[in-house]
Amino acid sequence: MGIAPATDDGSTKVQDQHAYFKVNNLRKLFPLNKRGQFWGKRQYIHAVDDVSFEIKKGMTYGVVGESGCGKTTLARTMMHLEEPTSGEMLFKGDDITKFNRKQMTSLRRQMQMVFQDPYGSLNPVRTIHNIVAEPVRVHSIFDNKRDEIDKVREMLEVVGLPSDNQTLEKRPNEFSGGERQRIGIARSLILEPEFIVADEPVSMLDASVRADIISLMRRLKQERDLTYFFITHEFGMARAICDRIAVMYAGRLVEVANAAAIVDHPLHPYTQLLIDAIPPLIPDENWGKTIPEGEVPYFTVPPPGCRFNPRCYKADELCRSEMPELIDYRNGHYVSCHHVSGPGQIKK
Amino acid sequence: MPLLEVTDLRTHYYTEAGPVKAADGVSFTLEKGESIGIAGESGCGKTTVAMSLMRLIKGGAVVGGKIMLGDLSLLDMEMDEFRKVRWERISLISQAAMGALNPVYTIGSQIVEAIRTHQQCSKKEAWDRARGLLSQVKVDPSRVKNFPHELSGGMRQRVMIAMALACDPDIVIADEPTTALDVVTQVQVLRLLIDLQKRLDLALIYISHELSVLGQACDKIIIMYAGKIVEMGPTAKIFSEPKHPYTQKLLGSLMDIHAAGAFPESIPGQPPDLIDPPKGCRFWPRCTTGEAICETEEPALVEIEPGRFVACRQLNKAINE
Repeated sequence: MGIAPATDDGSTKVQDQHAYFKVNNLRKLFPLNKRGQFWGKRQYIHAVDDVSFEIKKGMTYGVVGESGCGKTTLARTMMHLEEPTSGEMLFKGDDITKFNRKQMTSLRRQMQMVFQDPYGSLNPVRTIHNIVAEPVRVHSIFDNKRDEIDKVREMLEVVGLPSDNQTLEKRPNEFSGGERQRIGIARSLILEPEFIVADEPVSMLDASVRADIISLMRRLKQERDLTYFFITHEFGMARAICDRIAVMYAGRLVEVANAAAIVDHPLHPYTQLLIDAIPPLIPDENWGKTIPEGEVPYFTVPPPGCRFNPRCYKADELCRSEMPELIDYRNGHYVSCHHVSGPGQIKK
Repeated sequence: MPLLEVTDLRTHYYTEAGPVKAADGVSFTLEKGESIGIAGESGCGKTTVAMSLMRLIKGGAVVGGKIMLGDLSLLDMEMDEFRKVRWERISLISQAAMGALNPVYTIGSQIVEAIRTHQQCSKKEAWDRARGLLSQVKVDPSRVKNFPHELSGGMRQRVMIAMALACDPDIVIADEPTTALDVVTQVQVLRLLIDLQKRLDLALIYISHELSVLGQACDKIIIMYAGKIVEMGPTAKIFSEPKHPYTQKLLGSLMDIHAAGAFPESIPGQPPDLIDPPKGCRFWPRCTTGEAICETEEPALVEIEPGRFVACRQLNKAINE
């Protein structure tokens, strides 16, 4: 038994670990149904706008942002669930941007997704056996039922669920939210992929269950040598499990750094805002008084300048007219802010 | 006399398998101007308590207990009379702002309707009042003509707050008012709610599964587990010296962003089945310090210090000795 690598040359290309997954100038626009005017140009929402980053093998790369910032679109585009408008994506050196359906199908044996909603992402009328086995059936991995059922049992055990016949015949509504998310993870891992895109895998679960799922994911990462791309709106969650964190605002990355650096020394005013918005563990009646009004905008015509400038307490003329570049401030701590003017320099 | 006194409230939901004892002997008091937070995992009965106070239980009934609002016994009132209490004296901010607002009416007309159903006033007065309420919740008053879908999630939740305040209630129940919102918006709405509560001297019942949010918003905290109160006391005490093992575990499952490498702990196991709850302490199957007696005998909610209540046999024994 066991699953062969998806491509014959798959194992030989891994070696350059700097380019495990690389995204260059990725852009995803969604057309709006209504035109400005009847004869006007079609309008677009800039969901992901000129995003570049790279993920090294074995790391957990986190993207933090509020809803509407484009983080889910980014994850879905990386999985080819959305077609990118422009830019390129390289997976282990292969340019997967223009992969066709067939090529993507074989690539999905190496890249899988864990979804946010453990209630909506499992088909309620199918049994757990059928749900978990679906990927191996799509890819015609086994030619007999016995091997398939053994593999399903193995996966259920891996995620900490019982694997007896009774469990296999249950349906999703007989499980709690945490157990459902485990089933979702078992389904994602059954093809033995190496790269997992997890879109808010615990945000719909109770705090007491979250920690369980996160430690399961950490254990699986070690045991199976996985690389994670982890989307979350909770900075605390990202800090606890990610090696590197990117903060996204209105379709763009505003700050990218190692987890400890970004939490202890946030440079971008938006990152600071997100960290200030976390309720402290010791009650503080003044908490939240410094949080300014305003919400994440989306743009059909992006305004000139920094996207955050209308909400930023540091904003000046330059911020309103010119888009800041993402620059290396110090040792791989990247930030896109005019008030961080060069390596190691911050304008007050 | 407290503003609101809930004694031994018991609410059941009816299912084919038998009644689900969602709230099972809940007692607490609320003073004028006081804010009280109710915390617990999903299914612990916190929303059931809120819905029982509003007499909005669906698929079940309040089967026992007493709810006194001043001299009024809310559970004994006829529904027609109770409708005057609902909204005029106790109002509700619900979790899903999109579902609670009617998508085909402007937000102004919905606020006006709430005002005119309960109070005698002209249309013009009601519209003026609607604009006043919107500016009170920091929404531009010109938005009265907008439909719910034209507002952001944060603004819709503010409109819900405005509606809850429309008839000058004494008590506002906020059921997970910020849970569906983004982190930054959550702080803005929470801050607004705290400021309004202080300024209008409202009594607030704030329900949330996020203990850290309650810590900032409430004077007093109630921890519920499997339909019962396990601990209750002043917020600072609950955070600094949690007594019940469940409270301790709940605090341990919070994430501390600034503690390097610290990882929150989970609470192994699951809440019990409320159709046939455990005989003794309901937390016993998940408790790490429990003893044999906890399995068979239910602990009472004991006042260990003035205003501080805990339902744990271990603790009560330690105090008695």
